[in-house]
Amino acid sequence: MRALFQDNPFRLYIGLALLLIVSAIGLVLPWFTPVDPLEWYTAPRNQGPSGAHPLGTTSLGQDIFWLLTWAVRNSLILGVSVAFLSTLIGVFLGLTAGYVGGGLDRFLSFLMDALICIPTLPILILLAALFGGQLSLVAAGVALVVFNWPFPGRQVRAVALSMREREFVNVAWFSGERRSRILTRHIFPYIAGWSAANFINTVLVAIATESALAVIGLSSASQATVGTMIYWALKYQALLGERYIWIGAPVVVIVALFIGLFLMSSGLAMRSSERRMSI
Amino acid sequence: MRLVNFIAGRIAVYVMVLAVGMTILFFVPRFAPTDPVDAMLAKIAVQSGYMDASQVDALRASLSDTFGLDGSLLEQYGAFLRRVFVEFDFGPSLSMYPTPVMELISNALPWTFGLLFSATIIAWVLGNFVGLLAGWKPNSNAGRAMEGLAICLYPIPYYIVALILSVLFSYVWAIFPLTTTIRGAPWSWDLVRSIVWNSFLPAMAIVITTFGWWIISVKAQTQALKEEEFVRYARLKGLSDARLLGRYILPNALLPQITFLALQIGLMFNGSLITEIIFDYPGLGLLIYKAVLQGDYNLLMGTISLSIVAVATATMIIDFLYPLIDPRIRHG
Amino acid sequence: MIEVDNVTLGYGSRNFITAVDGASMTIGRNEIVGVAGESGSGKSTLMRAIYGDFSTGLRLRSGRITATFPDRAPIDCSEMRKTWWQDISYVPQGSMSVLNPLMKVHKQLIDGLPKHKRKGDRRAIRRDLETFLAGLDLDPSVLDAYPHQLSGGMRQRVLVAIASYVGPHLILADEPTTALDVVVQKRILLMLVEIQRRLGNTLVLVSHDLGVHYQIADRLIIMFKGEVVETGPTDEIFANPKHEYTQRLIGSLPRLGTRKSTVTALRRATP
Repeated sequence: MRALFQDNPFRLYIGLALLLIVSAIGLVLPWFTPVDPLEWYTAPRNQGPSGAHPLGTTSLGQDIFWLLTWAVRNSLILGVSVAFLSTLIGVFLGLTAGYVGGGLDRFLSFLMDALICIPTLPILILLAALFGGQLSLVAAGVALVVFNWPFPGRQVRAVALSMREREFVNVAWFSGERRSRILTRHIFPYIAGWSAANFINTVLVAIATESALAVIGLSSASQATVGTMIYWALKYQALLGERYIWIGAPVVVIVALFIGLFLMSSGLAMRSSERRMSI
Repeated sequence: MRLVNFIAGRIAVYVMVLAVGMTILFFVPRFAPTDPVDAMLAKIAVQSGYMDASQVDALRASLSDTFGLDGSLLEQYGAFLRRVFVEFDFGPSLSMYPTPVMELISNALPWTFGLLFSATIIAWVLGNFVGLLAGWKPNSNAGRAMEGLAICLYPIPYYIVALILSVLFSYVWAIFPLTTTIRGAPWSWDLVRSIVWNSFLPAMAIVITTFGWWIISVKAQTQALKEEEFVRYARLKGLSDARLLGRYILPNALLPQITFLALQIGLMFNGSLITEIIFDYPGLGLLIYKAVLQGDYNLLMGTISLSIVAVATATMIIDFLYPLIDPRIRHG
Repeated sequence: MIEVDNVTLGYGSRNFITAVDGASMTIGRNEIVGVAGESGSGKSTLMRAIYGDFSTGLRLRSGRITATFPDRAPIDCSEMRKTWWQDISYVPQGSMSVLNPLMKVHKQLIDGLPKHKRKGDRRAIRRDLETFLAGLDLDPSVLDAYPHQLSGGMRQRVLVAIASYVGPHLILADEPTTALDVVVQKRILLMLVEIQRRLGNTLVLVSHDLGVHYQIADRLIIMFKGEVVETGPTDEIFANPKHEYTQRLIGSLPRLGTRKSTVTALRRATP
């Protein structure tokens, strides 16, 4: 336990703390919601903070605090599932490309390079337009996975390539270990650090892209996400009406979440590059 | 020989990007749950109120053409590729009929390009300057403060910075315009002033979100390069700090930056789209947004195809800077 | 020229780790001094201190190092920086990454020079560089090469050229022949000897390889575990090593030919 604190960069802990706070808001608190915060006019409109409504209410008569917890929950679920699937696909295809090599490697590398160069947002906007002006969270998630798996994929492929040349992998190879066993026993633990950093980065990108889509009104407006909350606040002139908490709360939470995620991912990347150097 | 391989490889990737991108664009509408033509017509009918039958038929024909719905799937695909790469023709805009889509795009493209280009340059120069100094003296208070600032700025999404800037400087303290209106005769100083004035906040939004990253990455690069043998040797030759930074560390730090920039240009493009929409800036992003709002499918397909081509081209051009800086690729 | 007086050197401040303990020595004019010892003997640390490179936590705990160069008042090693690439220069070990990979050789040859010599008529500088290289038997085409285009031996010769181009009174060479094959090694040693004879300056050669010292050093300084254990003319030390460590070192050398023949061969090669 002591070693854990001494070896890791300080930033990892700040990041972890921020993440825990945001996760508590998004993953624990929604269980205790008194009424469905998406329902309009369940509370008096345009209230300031009070005992009954800690952050006040929206112009649509929703409780901002409980709405926020739902929004954070949905954004987190979206981000984590996109990151999980992207990392899974990326690690699998990256390892395959780097380890099998040859024509398959060339094809996969080309595909990854190509997908990375394609800007995601215009494609999502096109999808939203085709789905009648609003993109469901599931559809947005699938599209984000399609465009995000190459990021971990490329990195894992590069690591796998260099691993193939490493001594201990050769030793395993010549001592007759099976290929799948070499992958899981020797290469995978090594890649785990990079993948963790990538995972977090993908969470970040997914939430940012979905909320960007939401802010311009092309995400599912009937679902609460951090982006749609900002969208409704803008739509009902929260700024002109000086209802700063309505728009400020999601902004503060998303900034805290992003800084937390970023600190985590850069801390993890630093750690795994240190480990790589020490071998 | 390595140079030839490098360029050939890069062009192959470029072709692949365009092929994958256009294939996605071709197939996505075909898997949409609704028939795009009918959806379009309904939306246009709602917006324009009354249309007679011949107008509807003309539109239907134009839309079918846009989506390339005539002939077999393979023929449609071929026709689509030809329109994008050979004829550069996406038909007339439906919401600004009969202006050709290409004309609208070619009016908008310079704005997006200018905005992204100038913002990237500003962010890059600032980020390199600060990052070099912060990496040179990483334990100084200024170095730490700069890294802290960068870490706080970098992960903030574009649209949040854009929103905050527009609230602060166009609303609370209204010194910049809330939306973009360019005035002035062509080629006059008034026009230039108007452009700079109106572009300032959107450019700042992009600068603020990107320059944090430059600081972080240049600082890390500088710290690593400082330990390199050739920098130590140069220092023992008695070179001044300024020359060590300028001639030894900076050029070597530039190499990974090029790769990074090439990888990020897509993300930066996404950011500029949002920034344009928030500031009502007359670039490609706003055009895409308008196309969605008004259900202008010709315009939508045109703008999105062109975004992909533009980003892919920009990425390739940036990659081609690499051999200019690195002699190991130039003379392999 | 260099006076090292009872010097203790080490790294770190709170947990001071001693690298050189109470070393004294004198380095005179117009001689080749060999510093020998195994890795960890403190020879590189001592050389860094003489050169005045007190970066990365090197500290002089006690004692003095003073340098007296012609046309200059005696200075302390802490101010040595002022004389870098004028009175004193340095030849590093020619690893892959010792030269800036993005800069042509000719720029790296002159960039240690003071500004007034660096700037000026480009063609004159170029001609001067070419004659200089020709004098060292180096092809002028290396001037336009990038470091990655040079072989290991060529890179080391370029490094020697860079250090001698300024015509310094003292050249410190840190393991200049390590990791090179014997033929190339010999060529580098020849080059060093020739430069020393021509400039009439002092060469301090640090190497763990006694065979190298045997070929060119006039005088030897043997270091062991941070201490100077033996100094004296090379012939004397080889003929009659006093310290036990030196005896072991010499005993472990393969014997092929005699010193006389090698030295005369080397010296005859120089005009």
